[in-house]
Amino acid sequence: MEVTQILLNAQAVDAAVRKHAEESLKQFEEQNLPVFLLSLSNELANHEKPVDSRKLAGLILKNALDSKEQLRKTELVQRWLSLDVSVKSQVKSCLLQTLSSPVPDARSTASQVIAKIAGIELPQKQWPELITSLLSNIHQLQPHVKQATLETLGYICEEVSPQVVDQDQVNKILTAVVQGMNASEGSADVRLAATRALYNALGFSQTNFSNDMERDYIMRVVCEATLSPDVKIRQAAFECLVAISSTYYDKLASYMQDIFNITSKAVREDEEPVGLQAIEFWSSICDEEIDILDEYGGDFTADSDVPCYYFIKQALPALVPMLLETLLKQEEDQDQDEGAWNLAMAGGTCLGLVARTVGDDIVPLVMPFIQENITKPEWRQREAATYAFGSILEGPSPDKLIPVVNVALNFMLTALMKDPNNHVKDTTAWTLGRIFEFLHGSTLETSVITNENCQQILTVLLQSMKDVPNVAEKACGALYFLAQGYEDSPGSPLSPYFQDIIQSLLNVTHRDDAGESRLRTAAYETLNEVVRTSTDETAPVVTQLLPVIMLELHQTLETQKLSSDDREKQNELQGLLCGCLQVIIQKLGASETTKYAFMQYADQIMELFLRVFACRNATVHEEAMLAIGAVAYAVGGNFLKYMQGFYPYLEMGLQNFQEYQVCAITVGVVGDLCRALEEKILPYCDGIMTQLLKNLSSSQLHRSVKPPIFSCLGDIALAIGENFEKYLIYSMPMLQSAAELSSHAVATDNEMLDYANQLRNGILEAYSGILQGFKNCPKAQLLVPYVPHILQFLDKLYNEKDMDDAVMKTAVGVLGDLADTLGTHASTLMNQSVASIEFLEECLSSDDPSIKESAEWAKMAISRAVSV
Amino acid sequence: MPQPEVRRSIKRSAVSDQQRRRELALLRQTQQRSDSQNRARRLASSVFTLSSSSSSDLILPDKGILTRAADSEEHEAHLDESVAPARELNVVQASKLKGREARQWFARQLMLPEWMIDIPPKLDRDWYVFARPAGNRCFVVSSNGTTISRLRNGSVLHHFPSSLPNGSRTRDSSGPASSYCVLDCIFHEPDQTYYVIDMVCWRDYSLYDCTAEFRFFWLNSKLAESGACNSPSTYHRYRFSVVPIYDCNQAGLHAAYSTSMPYTKDGLLFFNKHAHYQTGNTPLALVWKDNFCSQYFLDTDSQGLVPTQQQVVLEMQEDGKLTTSDDPPVEFGSLEVDFIQKSEFRAGNLLRFAIKDESVRVVDGKLEIGDLQFISKSNRARAFADSYSKVFFQYAARHSPLKIEDIAASILPNLPDDSPIVDVEMGS
Repeated sequence: MEVTQILLNAQAVDAAVRKHAEESLKQFEEQNLPVFLLSLSNELANHEKPVDSRKLAGLILKNALDSKEQLRKTELVQRWLSLDVSVKSQVKSCLLQTLSSPVPDARSTASQVIAKIAGIELPQKQWPELITSLLSNIHQLQPHVKQATLETLGYICEEVSPQVVDQDQVNKILTAVVQGMNASEGSADVRLAATRALYNALGFSQTNFSNDMERDYIMRVVCEATLSPDVKIRQAAFECLVAISSTYYDKLASYMQDIFNITSKAVREDEEPVGLQAIEFWSSICDEEIDILDEYGGDFTADSDVPCYYFIKQALPALVPMLLETLLKQEEDQDQDEGAWNLAMAGGTCLGLVARTVGDDIVPLVMPFIQENITKPEWRQREAATYAFGSILEGPSPDKLIPVVNVALNFMLTALMKDPNNHVKDTTAWTLGRIFEFLHGSTLETSVITNENCQQILTVLLQSMKDVPNVAEKACGALYFLAQGYEDSPGSPLSPYFQDIIQSLLNVTHRDDAGESRLRTAAYETLNEVVRTSTDETAPVVTQLLPVIMLELHQTLETQKLSSDDREKQNELQGLLCGCLQVIIQKLGASETTKYAFMQYADQIMELFLRVFACRNATVHEEAMLAIGAVAYAVGGNFLKYMQGFYPYLEMGLQNFQEYQVCAITVGVVGDLCRALEEKILPYCDGIMTQLLKNLSSSQLHRSVKPPIFSCLGDIALAIGENFEKYLIYSMPMLQSAAELSSHAVATDNEMLDYANQLRNGILEAYSGILQGFKNCPKAQLLVPYVPHILQFLDKLYNEKDMDDAVMKTAVGVLGDLADTLGTHASTLMNQSVASIEFLEECLSSDDPSIKESAEWAKMAISRAVSV
Repeated sequence: MPQPEVRRSIKRSAVSDQQRRRELALLRQTQQRSDSQNRARRLASSVFTLSSSSSSDLILPDKGILTRAADSEEHEAHLDESVAPARELNVVQASKLKGREARQWFARQLMLPEWMIDIPPKLDRDWYVFARPAGNRCFVVSSNGTTISRLRNGSVLHHFPSSLPNGSRTRDSSGPASSYCVLDCIFHEPDQTYYVIDMVCWRDYSLYDCTAEFRFFWLNSKLAESGACNSPSTYHRYRFSVVPIYDCNQAGLHAAYSTSMPYTKDGLLFFNKHAHYQTGNTPLALVWKDNFCSQYFLDTDSQGLVPTQQQVVLEMQEDGKLTTSDDPPVEFGSLEVDFIQKSEFRAGNLLRFAIKDESVRVVDGKLEIGDLQFISKSNRARAFADSYSKVFFQYAARHSPLKIEDIAASILPNLPDDSPIVDVEMGS
């Protein structure tokens, strides 16, 4: 059968036909890749073929070059690179040829495939002529070809990193793109493609944005494009402005006045998608300034890479009225729709960011609007006023806000009870939540909540939890923050109502409509927070809650034969219940008196958790896993009796690479088990260690799980002591190579540096655990050969000067552990390492008490070792 | 092209409780990892070894009898005979011991300096010197929200709240509730102050195996930090204080000897910088006295008077031999079998004797006593016989005392390293 037919069959309605065609394609790919790729590219390039087969041919080509899975992606890249040159050049030539096809879908697909190949080849310095050939005669091209060419350039910029393309070529791309955006360009399609291409090319334009003339030109063209008659071009142009605001914040000063005029016009007059992007521009400027001011850390003389230009502060008098206007543009039922996003919501969100950026200055600008609208008969005005109030509660100082809130609080409570409009009540409950979140709690000198108004607030919230789901959900949220404010305060005024609060929340979880507006989730989350803030006084109520939640979990396990939809709901509910149990267990386990109350339920709880695990085939329930960690923490060595039943799920969790959060949590639970069982965990260690070492060497596992795995090796070593001997030959080389990697990691950006530090911390915790585990054992000498490397690692860390406080603390601790366990074996080597001594001195004079403490311990251990 | 990231509405909370649960669980795990790491680090280092020549197991008599019997003179005789076996107890466990058992345990925890009968070489390089405050030597343990000081014989001197780590029941954020510390002190009656002369454990970290140099460094940096040097208050009954410690060079020796201290002096103490804290007698810590810097230059008898004849307290062994408290013991004579039977003394009893000067000889630098005259059983508060060095020092004190000038002479300034010490006439 010829390729065209197979490709069409692969899109057939008949599943059997479709499946057969898919298999034929797969076979074809496996048996003869070069011919397979050539046939597909020929199909895509062939004007006589049906558009559907051409499109699919392109799509399959694309999938043959790239994958979302990192491992698969690497394979595909290697596969393409190792193909015969003539095959590759034939495929490429077909693709380039397709760019001039009159069929838009064919052109567009070809653009994407070209970009994928460029993504593979340009970093290898292959296909050097690509960009030049695309741009060679762009001026003479027909509009549809020009459009496809610009689109291709945009995709290429998206696909490859800026380092790969010479500045000379970047200049050419930008010239072509910006010319394509120019108002003089006759074709709207070309202009749109050029504007979208610019969006991707902005990351390449560092040099050009540093040149005043070039930057002026680009900015002028982008600003003009925001006034294009075509709405799509206007939207794309604003998207460019948003991207510019974050990438080139420090280059914007001279354009801000113009941009304010443009955005303000768009927000007031343009269609919603354009107006939303215009608001987004200001939100994005806020993000930048909040970050910069954060880095100043309140100290305005401090150095920051980028200075703050205070654009928001300057624009404030005009910006705030513009944003307040948007608040009146609510949509009906926006509060029932999870995904709703409109001018009013974007405007309020931006107003909140503005408040965080400028602090107190916003309050006098917003108060008149609130006062004028909050009592109006029209619900839109009341809601907008409330929304404005809620939005500015984070940022300004408590001193500025508390007097206002004290006046408003009663009004808000009444509105929540009596306002006839659902939106107003929704926003009122949300605003109360914000008040409790930011203006109540032990960190504040004065709280807006007093023992007197607390009861009234509580009565209103509990009543409001019976309202329609979206309002009840917000009331739960408000209660969450109300409770949170009493964390760590022994005499919580909520204590007398504790039982009522819990009962009301349980009632919410049982509402028939609790599935709407994530009400059930909100109720359980609030229940969790209330449990966390319980005190000795209310502990008995928490103890009584335990069997209630257990029963609920039990009931979810009884229902049989579920539809897939029901199964999903069941999973979600089990997750909430396990989460709640986790919080209860952790709370009860933390104090000796309540721990005893928990113990009598331990067997039953473990049985429930094991049944929850059994409900699902492959994936372990993350929440149940977290809860089991809490059980181990509470029951200690008694956990041994559950190990046999639990172990298979533990192993399953460790193997869960796809849901890496589950894997990470399971690794944490291994640590809990080590501390609970101590040497009794030994029989399970072969299995656990095998899996952990496998995980460490896997390239599929999300990298964030690796640091905790290293720490976990330390937990195991500490638990089983010298029995760790047999794992040394596997784990030490892994630690060494990871140490190598993490100390060489050229941390180009903060995220990389953070990761390098997490890795270092994990590795050092592993060393600590192993060293301490072998202390006082004759076998400790087995560690001596590893000392030079560990010291080298510490030296390197010290010399790199980029470790964070956590690493510093762990590192200096390891220095002590070396001396503590190995005595003179280590101290002799340590004396040769200048960095160790300097490092120790530096840590001893650290301002961070935990670093200092660690360093003091190290100093003592070393002094002991030296004087033996 | 990629859609710009959708901004989250301010009305939809960005923090999920699930994330919070994860973070809290992680926080708990991190905390516990650090706790168990710290436990491990402190573990072996906080265990004291009760070493002893006897390896027989201690069989504890019935508790009831023990407490009552402990006060009787008769039982006192057993005190040193039933030597504690080699077993490990940390100070927290030991602080739970009661009565005689506790006394017995604590009596063996102090480092006991020998008396200086000759001057160790390299005094200026390897030794510290300081003026010993007059008063009772004691072992101070803070743990479990209280502080207990015990005298050399193990009996309790004070039971009080202090600002030492975990030394009182205040809601103090410094360190875990199980934390403890152990200090070697002298209680100075006139100003009711504990002068700390050594630090043995601090916040669970044992300093036994640390050099004196390090212990003093630690003592000086830590004690003040804890607030223990503050004036007394409700939760801090007695003031603690450090004593000025000097390198034993000319200036240091002069300062320790001549400078007036806030306390009454009772001789000088010399500590070897490199020595660990060693329980029992040690030649690496030395005590020296003369009439200028001590009221107790010559030993007093049970009435507190200086007897005309030198007196010694010796321990009677199974075979009637009379020995010092040294390890190994030094024999100074023996009792006749008849005398023992008549007196009903038992092995381990501490007996006081007078020495006739003319019966004493120094042979090859060793002291030999020809005639011991029995006086009485010793004061039952005593836990140990005299040490050989004490007997020797007291003998020398009565005849040809080691003078401060002699000590000063041994530490000439600018003495080139490794050059042999040559006799130089000083101040003649």
